[in-house]
Amino acid sequence: MSQAANADQLAAAERREARGLFLLCSPAVLMIAFVIFLPIGWLFTLSFMNEQGAFTFDHYTRMLHPAYTRSFQTTFELSFLVTAICAALGYPLAYLMSQVSTVWRAIIFVSVLFPFWTSLLVRTYAWLVLLQRRGVVNTWLQSSGIIDDPLRLVHNFTGTAIGMTHIMLPFMVLPLYAAMAAVDRDYVKAAASLGASPLKSFWQVFFPLTLPGLLAGTVLVFVLCLGFYVTPAVLGGGRVLMWSMSIERSVAVYSDWGAASALGVVLLVVTLAILWVMNRLFGVDRIIGGR
Amino acid sequence: MADPVSGVPIGRGRRLWLYALGFLIVLFLVLPTIIVVPMSFSGTRFLRFPPDQLSVRWYMTYFNSIEWRDATWVSLKAAVLTMLVATPLGVMAAYGLHSTRSKWARAVETALIAPLILPLILVSIGIFFLYARLGLNNTLSGLVLAHACLAMPFVFVTVLAGMKGYDMNQERVARSLGASRLTAFFTVTLPQIRFSVFSGALLAFITSLDEVVVALFISGGENATLTRRMFTALRDEIDPTVAAISSLLVALTLTLLALGLVFGDRRAGAR
Repeated sequence: MSQAANADQLAAAERREARGLFLLCSPAVLMIAFVIFLPIGWLFTLSFMNEQGAFTFDHYTRMLHPAYTRSFQTTFELSFLVTAICAALGYPLAYLMSQVSTVWRAIIFVSVLFPFWTSLLVRTYAWLVLLQRRGVVNTWLQSSGIIDDPLRLVHNFTGTAIGMTHIMLPFMVLPLYAAMAAVDRDYVKAAASLGASPLKSFWQVFFPLTLPGLLAGTVLVFVLCLGFYVTPAVLGGGRVLMWSMSIERSVAVYSDWGAASALGVVLLVVTLAILWVMNRLFGVDRIIGGR
Repeated sequence: MADPVSGVPIGRGRRLWLYALGFLIVLFLVLPTIIVVPMSFSGTRFLRFPPDQLSVRWYMTYFNSIEWRDATWVSLKAAVLTMLVATPLGVMAAYGLHSTRSKWARAVETALIAPLILPLILVSIGIFFLYARLGLNNTLSGLVLAHACLAMPFVFVTVLAGMKGYDMNQERVARSLGASRLTAFFTVTLPQIRFSVFSGALLAFITSLDEVVVALFISGGENATLTRRMFTALRDEIDPTVAAISSLLVALTLTLLALGLVFGDRRAGAR
């Protein structure tokens, strides 16, 4: 047998083997397909069906009703606001983290990871207790003479924004820090040696190099905010109606599967569209995370 | 970087405000959760900081309540079972994907991490809808199956990252010396990727324990999870018992975080 034929045979055997090993993925894929994909496909068809089972666009046109459009508006306003605050707070923190000594970096890292790992409900509860009428924040503001009457900080837009910012901040800091740690400091030194002021070398050299991290964090936080349920439901006290709550109510209160499905499908499409565009433009590959 | 000024765009003097701001942001991140712990020892219904009088009243309420105890038990059972289902499936999938150069690999990888990307509320009503037809709502097995789908991607991602740093040729060597594929995997590969597997299993456990939205829809009756009961308690009133439970969960988080740092792969920080 010629050497070439032998090599071919070996390569074929290896391909066969790799195919066999690839089958090891199938139990996990089947589970996801059955429990996650099948019902979502089902809901998708349901969103185009009326009660008699005939094709209709009704569930989608109904979304133009003010009750729904208001919840979309609230959702986008809150998501924009929270994302902007997270960027404003996350950037300096990540920057500080990239500049300090190893020990301080570890301390900041743990303070970012600790809330990240703490139960969502525990953190939401903490804000509920801190922000309530007779809570720590109001008591402190009153005793220090800054305000006379307690502020309404919770069960409204303000409380929801504060709580959501707290939950989302780590999702902003981690990609930002990863981007900053990867920046070659020689560029900054070069700018300085060529006479750029510290501020100028920051804005013209360092900042542009960290933009991919900022974009990754921004997209991640924004997308997670869009579908967020738990924290807005608790800290909004039923007054801040988000997209996800419209979906939950359609099912739990009205058993209106058509409306819930249509709302869910649009949420999915918006989410995937944002991720897809960003991935195309900037190659955001780290879109993996909690909620 | 020995000299902090070189390679630092913003001069030392101008950085004072940065330190101050950074300190405030760190306080914002850490303080709210920590402050609940002393408050949980408050004797009054209005949790104060610092507490007026110290008492373990709310801890007693928690431990004496059959409902809370049952819910805790359900959550722990579900978390352990989820870990036991999700870990082998995730490891198998990571191993399979790592060994292939199939053109389908990318699609399979996307499908396996899809539960992390899809809006959770949509996934929840989908599972609720499916389970209503299968009679799986309010059952432990239904809860475990749903949580396993949400937890498996974390195992998959963590183990896949671990495998990238592992040289597969070692397994070939073992097999060329006569070990079967299974023996080679368990005696050569697994011990070397065990940190990623531990991290993945830990993440699976925590994912199930923390999960609220899916549990809100599909767990009920005697199979209601702790997070489901906590959520209802929070939405209806500010129940001080939740402060005690929260403190216990914070303690658990810190323990697991420490365990993760000691035994786990440090790259597995992503959740």
